[in-house]
Amino acid sequence: MSWGLSFVIHLIAALVIGLAVPALSALVFPFAVRRLSGFMSDRLGPNRVGPAGFFQPIADFLKLLLKEDVAPLKADRRLFRLAPAIAFITPVLAVSVIPFSKGFTIANLNVGLVFIVAFSSFTVLGILLAGWASHNKYSLLGGLRSVAQMVSYEIPMILNIIIIAMLVGSLSLNDVVGAQGKIWFIAVQPLAFLVFIVAGMAELNRTPFDLPEAESELVAGYLTEYSGMRFGFFYGLVEWGNASIWALTGATLFLGGWRGPFAGNPGWLILKVLVLAFAVIWFFATFPRLQVDQLMNFAWKVLIPLSLVNLGVTGLLIILLPNSFLPPVAAFSWASVITIILLMGPVLRKALLRKRLKLNPGTELGTSQS
Amino acid sequence: MQNEPDLRLEEMVLNMGPQHPSAHGVLRLVLHLDGEMIVSVDPSIGYLHRGFEKLAENRTYLQFFSMLSRLDYLAGFFMEWTYVRCIEGLMEIGPPPRAEYLRVIAGELNRIISHHMAIGDYLLNLGAVTPVLWTFRDREDVLDLLEMLTGQRMMYNYARVGGVRYDLPDGFEEQCRKFLRRFPVMIDEYEQLITGNEIFLARSLGMGVITAEQALDYGLSGPNLRASGVAMDLRRHDPYSAYPELDFDIPTGASGDSFDRYKCRIEELRQSVRIIEQALDALPGGPVNMRIPPMLRPPAGAIYRAVETGRGEWGNYLVSDGSLRPYRLKMRDSCFVALSTMPKILPGHNIADVVGIAGSLDLIMGAVDR
Repeated sequence: MSWGLSFVIHLIAALVIGLAVPALSALVFPFAVRRLSGFMSDRLGPNRVGPAGFFQPIADFLKLLLKEDVAPLKADRRLFRLAPAIAFITPVLAVSVIPFSKGFTIANLNVGLVFIVAFSSFTVLGILLAGWASHNKYSLLGGLRSVAQMVSYEIPMILNIIIIAMLVGSLSLNDVVGAQGKIWFIAVQPLAFLVFIVAGMAELNRTPFDLPEAESELVAGYLTEYSGMRFGFFYGLVEWGNASIWALTGATLFLGGWRGPFAGNPGWLILKVLVLAFAVIWFFATFPRLQVDQLMNFAWKVLIPLSLVNLGVTGLLIILLPNSFLPPVAAFSWASVITIILLMGPVLRKALLRKRLKLNPGTELGTSQS
Repeated sequence: MQNEPDLRLEEMVLNMGPQHPSAHGVLRLVLHLDGEMIVSVDPSIGYLHRGFEKLAENRTYLQFFSMLSRLDYLAGFFMEWTYVRCIEGLMEIGPPPRAEYLRVIAGELNRIISHHMAIGDYLLNLGAVTPVLWTFRDREDVLDLLEMLTGQRMMYNYARVGGVRYDLPDGFEEQCRKFLRRFPVMIDEYEQLITGNEIFLARSLGMGVITAEQALDYGLSGPNLRASGVAMDLRRHDPYSAYPELDFDIPTGASGDSFDRYKCRIEELRQSVRIIEQALDALPGGPVNMRIPPMLRPPAGAIYRAVETGRGEWGNYLVSDGSLRPYRLKMRDSCFVALSTMPKILPGHNIADVVGIAGSLDLIMGAVDR
């Protein structure tokens, strides 16, 4: 096969799958969010369009397409229009290195992990441009928040991706899946998995880290001035496309990728993606939102030290026991997770209450008959 | 270094509202921001001003009645109650005991829906989407009860000079008792979802602290005052209607932060359940209203009567010149007072806390602007 033909085939495959994944996520995830969060908050959610309301996102999509595309008078028009397109680069391109089944990867890069990390930064650029170009204070605050947040949370995210790369000894995602033949990395590195989930929520601007578009504070953050399909781009394709990229990466790194009982195929990968997406929706229905300073403190004072310790210990164990490092790494990671869950939760809560008691003695709410 | 331009630092002025998702109606706050930190707040009111006090002077006593529940439209019965207490005080009549008990029942049901809204809206302002839907689910049950009792879900027009409009309808008591049995479980459910949540604790503990002295200086009342540790409740300290015969506790916080205000409201929901149960048990027989002249002419004089609403003291100062129309009707509102504390308590907080603290103060612009 000539070089040119191979290039064309890969280009077409990359475009088809790269566009299909965000489009499908924009179709399935909004439906799932509405119905599941509706279920969790004891209401129905949209259930009129199509079977159980499944076609509601399509109806919304058509509505957005037909709407007028308005740009504010004082906005930087070119950047304003460019921003959604730039943000859309991430979900389209990052999907091309994900292995969907044995031998089914659009681009089997030997630096696939680096590729994903690098391209996931394009969303930040798009959001910052959107916030800046809108010429709106809420948009600007939203854009600034999102840059600060995504840059901070990219570090623990990358540190944990490095941990997996060290366990595998390769940066290729195919090798990552290949290394999980016997045991998934969630069983080896649950600590890294948890940090990956939390940092992922922040990267995706999902609750409890949805500050860039905090509806109750910033109206809609960087999205405030967007309307029509440009809004649809951000809200549907970029956000949910990124969510599926994150879930695909997480499933590949920690949940064995396309591996599963019977035969490894893309179905297992999709199932794992849906499980991770369910976690996103569950958090959405449960948590309030953090504050900007608390968000930054959490990244720099908790997640990054935790990831660095995990990285250091894992690296040390790999050097000390080059042939059988998986069991000790797993032991360390599980021990840390159990310690954190058993100890830190109550300790944190007590610390909070103690801090409160110290501020004002006798703060326990009492009922006084006067 | 002579040519280096001075870095121009300036505060950002952000006009929050009157059109803002968390504006609680049409509250406008002019925020001066240093980054995300609040330097000063200038609340600007009047966007919902309808001139009720002047309108009262141009209508007969009974014509003005239907406007009262449009003031604090989430707990309209308290406004009617205050107004009829003023007229009854001037005429020196008292309603029959059964009517007093029915007023207590309607009032406490109103307190429940008012606190439902306060808690749900506060959590929505903090970014949690589920609690508001849970409280609205239960609010719907109370609205059904109120519809049975008064014929209306919001604008009751239930109180009458010398009694109430209707006696208890058939089936009200069973449905009410069924609700009262189920509701404490629901309150526990809210607490499970909200109170122990660490993000909620981080967002509410120590936020928007109003000390007891400050609260008294500003003239706060209701849950906002009690959260600061002052066990002042008009139902206890200026006993009116059937309250002296009913047993209930007054919850007080100690530190006066958002958490205490939230917790006080949760506790008051439980107390309201207790009060309604006792009122249903002790409901005396007899008529529910008395004959009054169709053209009401209270004797000349002035009177102040106040009622403890869900948001604090609602007072009416009514001056009568012995004619068909009030000479002057001054309304005293607790939300206005709570709003006026914001310039004092907000500086130093984060922009996210503006909506959080505003939510915890439970402002309702219909009552502030009148």
